[in-house]
Amino acid sequence: MSTPAPATARESSASLRGSRAGSAGDSIFSGLALASAVVILLVLAFVAIFLVSEALPAIRPGADLDSPVDSFFEYVWPLMAGTVMAAIIALLLATPVAVGVALFISHYAPPRIAKPVGFVIDLLAAIPSVVYGVWGWLTLAPLMVPIYGWLNEHLGFIPFFAGAPTTTGRTLLTSGIVLSVMVLPIITALCREIFTQTPILHQEAALGLGATRWEMIKMTVFPFARAGIVSSIMLGLGRALGETMAVTMVLSGGIFSWSLIQSGRNQTIPSEIALNFPEAFGMRLNELIAAGLMLFIITLAVNMIARAIVNKHKEFSGAN
Amino acid sequence: MSSTVTTTPPTETDLRPRRQESLSGGRKPGWVWIAVLVGAAVIGAGLTLLLAEGFPIAAFLVITAILYVLGMYVATRAMENRRRATDGLWRNLVWLAFLIALAPLVSVLWSVVATGLPTLVNNPHVMAYDMQGVTGVDDSNWIDAGTPAGELAGGFGHALVGTVVITLIATIISVPIGMLTSIYLVEYGRDGWFSRAIIFFVDVMTGIPSIVAGLFAYAAVTWVLEQVMGSRPEALQNVQMGFTAAIALSVLMIPVVVRSTEEMLRVVPNELREGSYALGVRKWQTIAKVVLPTAISGIASGVTLAIARVAGETAPILVTAGFAVNVNWDPFDNWMTALPVFIYRQLVAPTSPTAADPSTARAWAAALVLVAIVMALNLLARVIAKAFAPKSGR
Amino acid sequence: MKALRFGRSAALLSVAALALTACSSADNGGNGGASSTAPAGSSSAAPAGSSSAAEGGATSDVQGNLVGAGASSQEAAMTAWTQGVSSVAPNLTVQYSPDGSGAGREKFLQGATSFAGSDAAMDEEEAEQAKQVCGDQGAFHVPAYISPIAVAYNLPGVEENIKMDAETIARVFTGEITTWNDEAIASQNEGVELPDTPITVVHRSDDSGTTENFTAYLTEAAGDAWSYDEVETWPADITAESAQGTTGVVGLVSSNEGAITYADASAVDGLGTVDVKVGEEYVAYSAEAAAATVEKSEANEDGSIELDRATTEAGVYPVVLVSYHIYCNQYKDQETVDQVKAFAEYAISEDGQSTAEGAAGNAPISAATRDAAMERIEAISAQG
Repeated sequence: MSTPAPATARESSASLRGSRAGSAGDSIFSGLALASAVVILLVLAFVAIFLVSEALPAIRPGADLDSPVDSFFEYVWPLMAGTVMAAIIALLLATPVAVGVALFISHYAPPRIAKPVGFVIDLLAAIPSVVYGVWGWLTLAPLMVPIYGWLNEHLGFIPFFAGAPTTTGRTLLTSGIVLSVMVLPIITALCREIFTQTPILHQEAALGLGATRWEMIKMTVFPFARAGIVSSIMLGLGRALGETMAVTMVLSGGIFSWSLIQSGRNQTIPSEIALNFPEAFGMRLNELIAAGLMLFIITLAVNMIARAIVNKHKEFSGAN
Repeated sequence: MSSTVTTTPPTETDLRPRRQESLSGGRKPGWVWIAVLVGAAVIGAGLTLLLAEGFPIAAFLVITAILYVLGMYVATRAMENRRRATDGLWRNLVWLAFLIALAPLVSVLWSVVATGLPTLVNNPHVMAYDMQGVTGVDDSNWIDAGTPAGELAGGFGHALVGTVVITLIATIISVPIGMLTSIYLVEYGRDGWFSRAIIFFVDVMTGIPSIVAGLFAYAAVTWVLEQVMGSRPEALQNVQMGFTAAIALSVLMIPVVVRSTEEMLRVVPNELREGSYALGVRKWQTIAKVVLPTAISGIASGVTLAIARVAGETAPILVTAGFAVNVNWDPFDNWMTALPVFIYRQLVAPTSPTAADPSTARAWAAALVLVAIVMALNLLARVIAKAFAPKSGR
Repeated sequence: MKALRFGRSAALLSVAALALTACSSADNGGNGGASSTAPAGSSSAAPAGSSSAAEGGATSDVQGNLVGAGASSQEAAMTAWTQGVSSVAPNLTVQYSPDGSGAGREKFLQGATSFAGSDAAMDEEEAEQAKQVCGDQGAFHVPAYISPIAVAYNLPGVEENIKMDAETIARVFTGEITTWNDEAIASQNEGVELPDTPITVVHRSDDSGTTENFTAYLTEAAGDAWSYDEVETWPADITAESAQGTTGVVGLVSSNEGAITYADASAVDGLGTVDVKVGEEYVAYSAEAAAATVEKSEANEDGSIELDRATTEAGVYPVVLVSYHIYCNQYKDQETVDQVKAFAEYAISEDGQSTAEGAAGNAPISAATRDAAMERIEAISAQG
């Protein structure tokens, strides 16, 4: 990867000096920036109003639900649990690998390999989720069947691997793996960009002091990139939580269970919405949108936590 | 690592002083990694036989890889020192991560190319034709014709047009809004309550399920049209159009653009800004000519990711743009179909339920084209980024 | 962004270069060597596949654009109808969005579409709502699309169709019967060598009219063996494999030995199918037997059918999916009335039904059902 060097101030100022498009430009520019921010707030406000007003009939106590349950909470908690479990599996698997690949591209691979690899990873972010779904269903799921059998046989005492293992591989764990493959390019692409932005002076200083390459990365790259890594993981999480089609095609859904290797267990919110939305009307539609609202809230909570972590480590942010 | 250092293995007695005196001293000999690899493979094979029935290649490879990484750590630690061993361990782990990532990714990419390419090569017209006039009868006939089959009926030209038009409009809407917002966040807002609120709400936006974005866009456009045209069926009949889908996609795209751009702007060193101000350059010019060019490569990458993300969306487009079978270039009139919708519909509901193969072939060809489009976009984003980026010193 | 515009046009250029013909030409591939002389961008391009263009007779001069939405089960047939209708009304374009039955009915009730396709009849509440859009006379149903639901399985080595009664089917699908050589199945299939393969039940993971009609059959015909009601979503507490859509379940069954599912009969090629016990006989699914079920069931006031799934009558196959077209009795203007009439009459005409059968593999409706429906369509009028 060629690291873009910062534009030097001298170079820019040469072309700028003399242009007296001064203060008007300044206020127009900041005004535009502010306006965009306000537009986002407005859009979100409308989305929120829409969501809440559509979800309310299903959420309020005593609602006459379409599903055979007593309360909306009873309907939605297994879905929330399934969604979170799938996303956690995806991130646990994807994050270390993705950060590793990003490091590989930015610091380890010979440039001849790094460029094409970076390109292929970007490309993978572009594959429509339907394709990942088909891949997970036809290629991955059958491959996983013997592994699930093995896990169940040897590690069956762990609740995650308990119960009769699947015969088709269409389980929550398979879905999690497919999701991890899907979020991998996202996390990798952003991490790579951040890693290559690490000030070269810091890195060379570390090496000059006799640090090994890993020590240099630990001392300069990671502290610099920490906020960015968390941010990229959050983007990946957003995708994993909200991904519809892949899960829909890979998972044989059902009621909640701790077991990750059984078919006909667990379900995620987006998949539930996608599967049932087309034929839904009346109260069922409200239920599904309310489930969407819950997904919204989950993402929100996770993001708030992430932001809190990032804010603790602000010191390396360039613009601070 | 460099194999040019061909020192003979130091004997026990002179090991210590040499390591301290010379930078290149204390290196393990070049053959060590081969020895470790062979050892790992042998033990790996044994363990595989012991733990699993049969001899699954995947299990063997995984166990061998783990053993090799551990073995190299131990070997380096014994022959060199702890710091070098740790360094080598992480290098091996990074390579391992790369190889692990490669397996599924190549597998996915391969299935798209291998399944899609034959159709595209044999029936290049699928990229230009639409599905107008194509019924299940055509597909049944195609199957009956046997192999090598004749020309595949129809194609996804209409979906290609739809994807291009819808994604383009969504990009035109979201990228300026997203970039300006992140500029506000990083350059103007600082840590005020307002920018913190924006950050918070952008995070919220990443959590909008795509189908909800579609429903929202549908509801919003309905409302607007009803204000303009009055509450008549005519207004409702015009809601489903390419532009509505573009709005839905924008809702999904904006947060991705904001987040990635914001991250890239934040890592631009403050020294640059201060240097620019010190030379009397206005703030907006500093941002436009110094900050943005420095971050442009990352921003371009983020925008490409955002486009890639929405270009593959299915559900919101189906809800908002209807389901067309003919080419339509006008985003403000009539239904449109995008490639993911086409792929999805052809896979779940083939044109001919009795003969699904032609639909599957069309779907995979469309998937390949979709990937190719985004790839082209990606390349272009890189070229542009390079053109704008400051001349690299490295 | 400049970058993107370039990308788009570059991609398009390559497409154009490959295809040479302009993208906007609406001609279709057709069957080998299709003519490219069809007028560009026209909606009146003769459908290459359907034979209807040869049909002489008067064509009506109805024109305009008719929009409908609804059940995705009708998609393949609807494609044939929307193309074929040009043989009777060359200037009429019909568009159909396979959003799903619920969404289709909702759009129709809002007035966003002129007709709906639905796997289920409107309930009372919806019928009331229909009066707001359609005027006091409300809306009515036409049973336009009938498809037998096959109980299909993957059991290599078993040549004959396996026979089951409703109760056995219910016990298989609830997971009570777990192997193929279970006594309950074996006793009905004397002389058939049944393996001890475990049964893998596969159901639809999405809400669907197929599930609804299948569970309705079990509810009515299987007695206590099926304790769940008629449902659109498969009961969640039955642990089983599931897949999305008809192609999904059929694909999953095809790749798993011992699997069984229920699916539109048109899509189960290559799988074994169950002969269902009706009265004293076992009946294999067939188009005629399915249509007979509809014909022998009672029609409601609004045109919807009360299917008698527990029937014991000979020669009927009671596991059927009936999908309706829903129209208003009155439309706001004469233009829409003419459009709707042209399309509705074509869809259930002999020509329309056989075109759909060729494309979608559904069962054509019987003459008696057609006559009743034609009468209602004739009566559609303009308000005022």
